[in-house]
Amino acid sequence: MIVLKRLGMWLGLPVILIGIWWAATAQGTNFFVPKPDKLATTFISVWFSEKFFTDVVPSMGRLLISLAVSLVLGVALGIAIGLSRTLRWLLEPLLEFIRAVPSTILIPVLLLLIGINDTMKITVIVLGCLWPVLLNTIEGVRSLDEVLKNTALVYRLRGFDRIRYLVLPGASPLIMAGIRHSLAVGLILLVVSEMFASTDGIGYSIINFQNRIAIPEMWSGIFLLGIIGVLLSVVFQAIQKRVLGWYYGLKEASNDG
Amino acid sequence: MRRAARWTAVGPYVLGVAGILTALVAWELFSAFGRVSQHHLPPPSVVIPTFLKNFTFTHFWLTVGQTMWAWFLGLAIATLGGLAVGLLIGSSSFLRAATHTTVEFLRPIPAVGLIPLAALLFGPRIGAELLIVVYGCFWIVMIQVMYGITDIDKVADDTVRTLRMTWLQRVRHLVLPTLLPYLMTGIRLAATVALILAISSELIVGTPGIGRAVAQAQLNDNPPAMIALILTSGLLGILVNLIFRFIERKVLFWHSSVRSEVAA
Repeated sequence: MIVLKRLGMWLGLPVILIGIWWAATAQGTNFFVPKPDKLATTFISVWFSEKFFTDVVPSMGRLLISLAVSLVLGVALGIAIGLSRTLRWLLEPLLEFIRAVPSTILIPVLLLLIGINDTMKITVIVLGCLWPVLLNTIEGVRSLDEVLKNTALVYRLRGFDRIRYLVLPGASPLIMAGIRHSLAVGLILLVVSEMFASTDGIGYSIINFQNRIAIPEMWSGIFLLGIIGVLLSVVFQAIQKRVLGWYYGLKEASNDG
Repeated sequence: MRRAARWTAVGPYVLGVAGILTALVAWELFSAFGRVSQHHLPPPSVVIPTFLKNFTFTHFWLTVGQTMWAWFLGLAIATLGGLAVGLLIGSSSFLRAATHTTVEFLRPIPAVGLIPLAALLFGPRIGAELLIVVYGCFWIVMIQVMYGITDIDKVADDTVRTLRMTWLQRVRHLVLPTLLPYLMTGIRLAATVALILAISSELIVGTPGIGRAVAQAQLNDNPPAMIALILTSGLLGILVNLIFRFIERKVLFWHSSVRSEVAA
């Protein structure tokens, strides 16, 4: 009974909405909104074809590479800046400005400088995804627990050990929050950079369908973006649970006590 | 000792300016001697005069105005909508559970994915830009409002009931003070996203504004104008951030997050 109720909660509203959508488009021939069944068949015929390898795979590759680069750069720079007051003072206003630039506007410039290729797209995405990770890492390093810091001092943890056992774990909750933000930003930049200048990829496909007035195909692309968004957030949450398991445990324990 | 204290006071400013100057010099040198063509990456000595001269053109202010108007309108609609829907869903645990899957599916769709749809529906007009900005910002505000509503203190709520406060008093003394910090956070986050989305849709759909001006400068092969506009957009980003931090401090002057900031 409980399972049934939960299933109803999960699927109730989506089913109702799709029902309304169906009823609204069933008899009419609304040019802009395809019927749900038409959309479903289009989705399968468009994306479960060689297009999966020629467009979806390259897009995801770009996104994952850029995220990896932003993560490594952001954490490394963030630790360096967070640990040194001089560096922080030197770079803070500059970073504050660069971060404020809406990163999509850089696409035309990078297009001129680098050309239409993967390096351009990866650069754009990294220039957007770097900031949440970097700034959160700086913040995380700065707000390290005083007691832990002193303990590390007493144990004479230095150099690599200090970073491995004190700084990284201490900053990791904030770093993970930064990565979560980066995921959303990265998807936006991927799509815009592919829409603006590309020869393949999901963003390119969607804008191409729009230019050919292939409405159901265009919707299927938007739908695919939604699925990718959900998948990314599910995978991220699983990783976060693993990486920060100790942290949640600690918080729960301190709340109980 | 005194010298050390003075350094903490002026250090951030001195080093901050030094950092920016160093970056400008590096840019100048890179443009002159780097592996890129100087035409495509003009040095700051060319870009900054263009950037400053822009301020004397009405056309420039019109472009900035168009972007900011779309930004403001989109943000306002998204905030009102997000507030209304967030309040409705947040105050009922049934609605929260029933809408969970739908919200979790619709929310991660990147708003820029809707650009082609907006272009088809509205063409290069402000409607297209608004659709994208509102879609992107609505979820941010709504989720924050929902968090805020569920964060209402149980004991305080019981106290309100024991004191037999009216509905209006409950809103005034319990709901609003709990909700406001969340709402402000939501609007501040949404404000930044709204600017990115507004400029992105101008860039691709061609609705009038800074984004379109940059795309046009690229087509006209005018890199200095392009980079000057990018600097402008960065300035706008900072301005938006400062305004919202200011509003937040004024509205939430009583809240512990603001008060501890002042004390520190």
